[in-house]
Order: sequence, then structure tokens, then C-alpha cells
Amino acid sequence: MINYIVRRLAQAVPQLFIISILLFGLMQAFGDPLATLGARTPPRAEDKIRLRRQLGLDQPVYVQYLVWLVGNDWMQVDANGDGAPDSPGTRKGILRGDWGVSLVTRQPVLVMIGERLPNTLLLMLTAYFITIIVSLVAGVYSAVRQYSLVDNVITTASFVGYSMPVFWLALMLMYIFAVNFKRWGLPYLPTVGMYDPAAGQTASEVIKHMVLPVTTLAIITIAGYSRYVRSAMLEVLSQDYIRTARAKGVTQRLIVLRHALKNASLPFVTLIGLDLPFLLAGAVVTERIFAWPGMGRLFIDQTERADFPVLMGILMLIAVAVVIFQIITDVAYSFLDPRIRLN
Amino acid sequence: MANATDLALAADKPKFEPLSPEQLAWRRFRKHRMAMAALVILGLLMVYVVVGGQLVRGYCRPIDKTLTGEAWANCNDTGQKLRPPSALHPFGTDVIGRDILARTIYGGQISFLIGISAAIIEVILGTLVGSVSAFYGGWVDSVLMRITEAMLNIPTLFLLIVTAKFFGGKLPSVNLFGRELTGSVLVIILIIGATSWMYLARIVRANVLSLREMDFVAASRALGVSDRRIILTHLLPNTLAPITVAATLGVANAILSEAYVSFFGLGVQPPTASWGNMLDSAYRYLEEAPWLWLFAGTLILLTVLSVNYVGDGLRDALDPHGSRHM
Repeated sequence: MINYIVRRLAQAVPQLFIISILLFGLMQAFGDPLATLGARTPPRAEDKIRLRRQLGLDQPVYVQYLVWLVGNDWMQVDANGDGAPDSPGTRKGILRGDWGVSLVTRQPVLVMIGERLPNTLLLMLTAYFITIIVSLVAGVYSAVRQYSLVDNVITTASFVGYSMPVFWLALMLMYIFAVNFKRWGLPYLPTVGMYDPAAGQTASEVIKHMVLPVTTLAIITIAGYSRYVRSAMLEVLSQDYIRTARAKGVTQRLIVLRHALKNASLPFVTLIGLDLPFLLAGAVVTERIFAWPGMGRLFIDQTERADFPVLMGILMLIAVAVVIFQIITDVAYSFLDPRIRLN
Repeated sequence: MANATDLALAADKPKFEPLSPEQLAWRRFRKHRMAMAALVILGLLMVYVVVGGQLVRGYCRPIDKTLTGEAWANCNDTGQKLRPPSALHPFGTDVIGRDILARTIYGGQISFLIGISAAIIEVILGTLVGSVSAFYGGWVDSVLMRITEAMLNIPTLFLLIVTAKFFGGKLPSVNLFGRELTGSVLVIILIIGATSWMYLARIVRANVLSLREMDFVAASRALGVSDRRIILTHLLPNTLAPITVAATLGVANAILSEAYVSFFGLGVQPPTASWGNMLDSAYRYLEEAPWLWLFAGTLILLTVLSVNYVGDGLRDALDPHGSRHM
């Protein structure tokens, strides 16, 4: 087991290198991070040259990548920006836990991510929790009552949900429950932000603001997940041991919940394990529409500003999480299903 | 029993021809009612974007001319901006006063073009990577699969945004089907194709891996058939069912991806319309002008839903015993 985990981690290292090189290369063409520096007026030309040198942006791409990776405290950098290296660098590089500093806000990348991550997790985990419960119930029910009216309704609805563009659903929900409910004088839901600045960040405010984005995310994911649960259940229910159980007179309830669901949930656990790390990424479209201050919005905002240390931080965080969760999922699977041997 | 006798009698008749696999698949496909309905709807949508393009015309006030076709879709009359649906503009006008009906038609052409072309690229890349990886194995397989996994480790939308930003504005305009297409359309096709092949590559790889060990492949090899020929004439035709299904679903995914990327202003650049970029900034006028997003969004939903149903029908038809989730 330990061997297996170590080997998988070792295999993940080159993979993470491929990802980081690929992304770092792509980000070189993002435009000039110093174009506006977040201010309204662009900096003067000589200031830009000086800043470029101080930030090391005048270096070739591979040097910038090396600095990002292992830091620059082993080389001389141009700290005063006069065009000649003068003092040793201070960056440690991501391999030694230095995620770098945002080119735009000058805040450490970790601080910026740390501000957004809790918001994203609050949104995503709530939506995900609802998704799992609802898709289990809907999937199992429609598998047990295959081809019944309810099954047809659930299957069709999940097909529609699966094909629905996120923004269409989000805008529709906003239009109905915020705009029109307000128009009709009904209690209406807020559309944007995490809380009303006038009311402050209280629990009830945040919950009220979460309803629409969580519903949007849940509906989209439930659609895919319930289809998955349904087909996994159908596969198990058609197997011989279920028929044997039926022949022995085991009650339907016991067959479904104990015999079938237990086995059908194995692929579902895998699906959850592999999808969980992507929750860190937040929901780019949903966060944008509902102006939710999460990771997805941070990513989009910093993409527009070509702030690549932050973007690299976000993407590598997710990539590492994906690798770790893949291993956890495989190990968990071997515990749940003794037929699987890890080697 | 009567049926069996009938069949036996029919088999005796000399005119009876056994059904080809294609005919059998078509029979199964026809039984999938939703897929058949979806096929009809897709046909209607095609008619809408193709024939509609020939019919739309309107009087463009700023240049004092009656325009037809795409020129009308791109005519912006700022005096008429954000008008609700009316006889003159059945779907209303957008933020700079363009006719939304005409834009859904021309945007639809672009969205269909992107969906189909990106799916073709996806199929070519996925099939190539999957079959080469499985057929040669060894280090080729390791390298290709590590790259595949690396790309799967980045959320699709992030990967799309990063590549869109990378290639943005780097391709020239081209002339296709008598339409001037901005380079951004080509960029979108390429990046969607280049970021969506990974699942197909895995499916093809898994299939080829098991086919490779079959006797008929060993026989071809013993006869001295070249690798290329074995892959192209023996292995891939036997993997055609999942490839066809993936290609169909790829069209739906590409249309959605285009919409998401354009939604962030990184996709198809105006004045060229696409269903996706019509939604860009539309959410800011949620209250005042729901028609900005309603028509384009609903057309996307309808198209994607129909394509997905056709894909579902194809899966049932081509692979009746296959697993439902690949």
C-alpha cells in the first residue's frame, strides 16, 4: 500500500512538471501585466522598464520559469532596475513553498488565494452536498422504477439539465426569482454578491445570497450525476445475486438499499473522488454572473490582467489536488472493493 | 410462434435480403423517439440558420440603405438600442442597436460551424493519440498518456480560457462559404478541438488495446500488413461506434464551450456574431432587456439538447450491448 502510494506520487511528479511548463509557456502571451498595473493611468515608459527589470520580466522565459520554480536567491538580480544585476534575489520558488507575489496587487499569491478559497468552498461544497443527496435519491428511484412515469420524467429532466448552458439557467433563475418576484411584489432573492454591504456579512445574508448560485450549480451537476447513479444501479439490479436475493424472499427495500446500492455506489464514489478537487476551481461562469468573490472570479479577473503568478498558483493548486485525490480515490476504492488489488 | 413461421417463410423467398449493420442500426435508432424528434429539431435549426440568412433584410438607418444578409445583422443603429421585440425587430435589438433575429441566424451559422469543425479536430486528435498509444505501447504510450492526464488535470474551462488568451488575435481572417470569418473563429475551433480530445483518446486506446490482441490482427501481421494499414483498416473500423458517439457529443460540447469562452469576451470577436458572444455582457441588462440573452441562450439549449439526444440514440443504435457510460 505504502509502496503503491509512493510510486503513484513519483509518477505524478513528471506530470506536474509537464503541466507547469505548458501553462507557463501559454501565459507568456497573455499581454503586458504592467500595461495598467491596476491603476487607471498607464505608468511612464521609463518606470515600466525599471519595473520590468525589478520583477525579472525582462529575463528569457526559461529563466522566469526557473525563478518561479526554484527561486532566485542563488543568482544576482537587478533590484534597483538600472539594467545591471546588483544584489542576490529573495524569491524561494514554488518548490520551496514560495508561491510568488501578484504582479498587479503586489500581495502574496497565497494571501490572494486564501481570501477566495473559503468563499468558493462554501458555495461549491453546499451545492455538491445537495447534488449528491438528490442525485442518489433520484437515480436510485428511477432505476428501481425503470420506464415508469417518474423514471421518464427524471430521465428527461436530467437530460435537459445536462444540456443546459450554465449561464442560461443562471440568468433564467435570476430573471424569475429576483427580477420578476420583485416586480410581482413577492419575497425575492438577491442576485449578486455575497451579502448586502448595508446589512453586513451575517449568516442569514450570506445564505440568502447563496440560494440562486447554489441552485444553479446543483441543477447542472445533479443532471449528470443522477444519470450516472441510475445506470450504475440498473447494471447491478440486473445481476444474478439480486435475483437470488429476490428468490430467497428478501424485501425490495433491503435488496435496493443493502444489496444493490452498496455495489452501485462504488463507481459513484470514484466519480466523487475524482470530481472533488475540481471544486477548488470554483465555478467560473456562475461566480461571474452572481458576482461571487471566489476562485473562479479571481482566475478570470487575473487572466484579464495577465497576472501570471496568481494564475499559476491557482492552476497548480488544482493540479496537485487532482493528483492527490486520484491516489486517495484509488486507495479508497481498494478498501471498498476487496477484489481490486493495488499494484 | 406465428412470427417465427412468417420469418422462416420470408427467409425462403429469394428476394429476401439480410439487413446490413447500417440498416440494423438505423432501425434501432428510429425506435429512440426522442432521438428522432431531436433529429427533426436539428434539421429545423439548420433550415433556420441557412434559409434565414437568405431571407433577413432590413432598413439600416445610419447608412440610409436597405441591407440583406450579414450586413443587416451587423448594422448598428444606436438610436434603436435595447428595443424590445417589435414587428420591425421580432427579437428586439442589442446594446448597440443591432437586430437580434438576424444575429441569431448568423450567430447560429458560426456556432454550428464551430461545433462541427471543433468536433472533427477532436476526433482526429483523439483517435490518433488513442490508437497510436495503444498500438505501439511502451514509451510512446507512456508519454502520450502522461500528456493526456496532464491536460485532464486542469479544469476544462480554465484550459480553454488560457489557450484562448494565448492564441487570441493571432490568426488572419479567411473567406469561407462566401463569408468573411475573423481569425477569432478559427482560433476558437482550434482551441476547442485541442482541449477536448482527451476522453476520446482514452476510449479509443482502451478499445484498440483489446482489439490488438485479437487473432485477426495477429493474422494481418503475419501476412506482413503495415502498421498504418492495420490501424486504419482493422482496428479503427471496429472502434467506430464509440468514435461516432463521441463525435456527436463533441459537437454539443464544442457549441457550449464556444458559448462559455465568448461569454468571457475571449471567443468570437464582434462584429461577427455567435450565439456565445451575443450573451457577453447581456447579463448586465437582466432586468431591462431579457431578450438579449433569452433567444440566443434558448437556441443554444435547444441545439445542445438535440445533439445530445441524437448522440444517445446513436449509442443505443450502434452499441446495443455496450456500457452506457464510457
